[in-house]
Amino acid sequence: MKKIKGLKWVVGLGLAAGMAAVSVAPANAQATLDTVKKRGKVRCGVAPTSPGFSFADDKGVRRGFDIDICRAVSAAVFGDPDKVEHVPLNTNVRFQALQSGEIDILSRQTTWTFSRDNSLGLDFGPVVFYDGQGIMVTSKLGVKSAGELSSAAVCVLPGTTTQQNLEDYFRPRKIKYESVVFENTDEWRNAYFNGRCDALTTDRSDLASVRAIAQDPAAHVILPETISKEPLAPVIRQNDANWKDIVSWSVFALFAAEEMKMTQANVDTFLKSQDPEIQRMMGVNGDLGKMLGLDAKWAYNVIKGVGNYAEVFDRNVGPNTKLGLSRGPNKLWTEGGLLYSPPFR
Amino acid sequence: MQEASIIRIAPPPQPGYFKRTLGALFATPLNAIVTLICLWLFWLVLKGSYGWLIARMVTEGGSTACRAGNGFCLPFFQAKLRFLIFGVYPYEEHWRAGSAMLLFLAGLGISMIPRFWGRWLLVLWTGIVVASFVLISGGIFGLKPIETSQWSGLPLSLILTTVGLALGFPLGVILALARASNLPAIRVLAIVFIEVVRGVPLISILFMASVMLPLFMPTGLTVDKLLRAQIAIIIFAAAYIAEAVRGGLQAIPRGQHEAAGALGLHYWQAMRQIILPQAIKIVIPPLVNISIGFFQDTTLVTIIGLLDFLSTIRAAMTDPEWIGAAVLEGYLFAAFVYLVFSYSMGAYSRYLERRLRTGHD
Repeated sequence: MKKIKGLKWVVGLGLAAGMAAVSVAPANAQATLDTVKKRGKVRCGVAPTSPGFSFADDKGVRRGFDIDICRAVSAAVFGDPDKVEHVPLNTNVRFQALQSGEIDILSRQTTWTFSRDNSLGLDFGPVVFYDGQGIMVTSKLGVKSAGELSSAAVCVLPGTTTQQNLEDYFRPRKIKYESVVFENTDEWRNAYFNGRCDALTTDRSDLASVRAIAQDPAAHVILPETISKEPLAPVIRQNDANWKDIVSWSVFALFAAEEMKMTQANVDTFLKSQDPEIQRMMGVNGDLGKMLGLDAKWAYNVIKGVGNYAEVFDRNVGPNTKLGLSRGPNKLWTEGGLLYSPPFR
Repeated sequence: MQEASIIRIAPPPQPGYFKRTLGALFATPLNAIVTLICLWLFWLVLKGSYGWLIARMVTEGGSTACRAGNGFCLPFFQAKLRFLIFGVYPYEEHWRAGSAMLLFLAGLGISMIPRFWGRWLLVLWTGIVVASFVLISGGIFGLKPIETSQWSGLPLSLILTTVGLALGFPLGVILALARASNLPAIRVLAIVFIEVVRGVPLISILFMASVMLPLFMPTGLTVDKLLRAQIAIIIFAAAYIAEAVRGGLQAIPRGQHEAAGALGLHYWQAMRQIILPQAIKIVIPPLVNISIGFFQDTTLVTIIGLLDFLSTIRAAMTDPEWIGAAVLEGYLFAAFVYLVFSYSMGAYSRYLERRLRTGHD
């Protein structure tokens, strides 16, 4: 009898420990902002490792382009860019993590597509990075465009759509090719460098980073064709209009700041600006913040916390980093790019 | 009497060790050729590794020097060693994860020495587990709380393995006893559980735990991801341990059960005092095999986005600063650490077998 009583205690303690690890959030789907405020942190789904977009530095601090998007939202909500809990997610579990409420935002180089938008119960924020699949070849091949390739061996990763895009591009053009698939990016890259393949294909941003670390970057050419559109955007749960607005306008604040020449360093001077739009954005005038359910100075906090879009881009993937990406289509609309923020009024 | 009639012949003089070996290696022309080829291959490997590891070692400069040079990249470890071990665990708090790991290894060291075996080890381990948990997760005694999503690197791999095995072992023994039970309901349940778990790959159980489970939970209710993976590993370990232990149970002669019954011991007493100690002693090799396997299988949690030791190393290699600069170095470091742990487990189990050999089995 005594033994059984002891057992009951053990079971009870186990259950209690289990309950302690289970956290309950309000069931109301509309209330992401409340949940986040109560928790005191934004839970942000990110890639475990993706050079330039989500990686850990020497001290184990997560940095990257996708990370900064989350930090911008955190700055808008809390006035502090560091109230983020990063949840590393692989491609195959990322959407479920969002659906089940494990994370509040998915900022993970996710391409905005029709079927993802309409069949998963998710919403996409503004596009933060316009990418596209490209092809890189060694310059000694003498090829100037993808159309000139024939019977080339192409190194690919078994990504979600990479192989499909390659097939979709080459088949209608009746170009013969042989795809060589690698599971691991290190093998994939080395196979190309060692001459196992004539060409390498993946998103253009990644191609640029591979080229940047080649022994002789000039020996490789990224062909001009973009064979697929990959607009990368943050993802949130559907039917939470307020949370979607907060994420969207945090991103728009980054665009607008670049347009208005605000930077992390000089944003304080804009608090005294006479421009009515800037006054509204900085929370000096009007009640834009209140409409989002945030502090009046939310946009100021975003820019103070992470800088404008150009700063985010340059810090993580720009020309001075090892990735060395140029802005390409990720320029402001005023400079011939695609970035465009609706007005702050 | 009998001994006297046997004529003893002195054994022929044995050649020395050196001569014996040479004789074996060069006995026939074929043997000689094979020996020479092997020596030549051995020399190539040795020369290659010496050149890469020592002669051409890159000792200063950053990633650029490593990419340009063709040797072991020391700066990678100078910059990243702490990250390689602790991963994304906050830098200033590394001492916490580090001391938890030391506590834990010290506990392991003490429990490996037979002189200290006794009930107080249980008390010691409860203390170590509680202290390590408090150290790593924080939240009390002024320690900064650290979410499980930041637990990573070697401490995470060790936690997953040891908690998995420590809780999987008793569960596995119970399952093994249940499977050998005379009560059909219990036996069938145990068989179904073991066979279902063993019939499914660990990856799919991890996927179930991380993808399916949250969808079944009420909206807004989430169970910590690490806990889910840990439970999956415990269940999996239990099923495998159960089968190993069952093998041991079957090897115990029927007479042992009967003798225990004749002494008036009831089922649990017989099991605890007579059957299980012998059965588990027999299955030490397969249990160690399972332990080593699980230590390495924990790398699978990378699939659900947990940064275990191996994926921490891969993360270090994908820092834009170091991409492509230290691939071989990273994997070799991982291999080295896994080898050290796995080899120590194996060596200890061999010691344990010798030590527990009682001579009557």
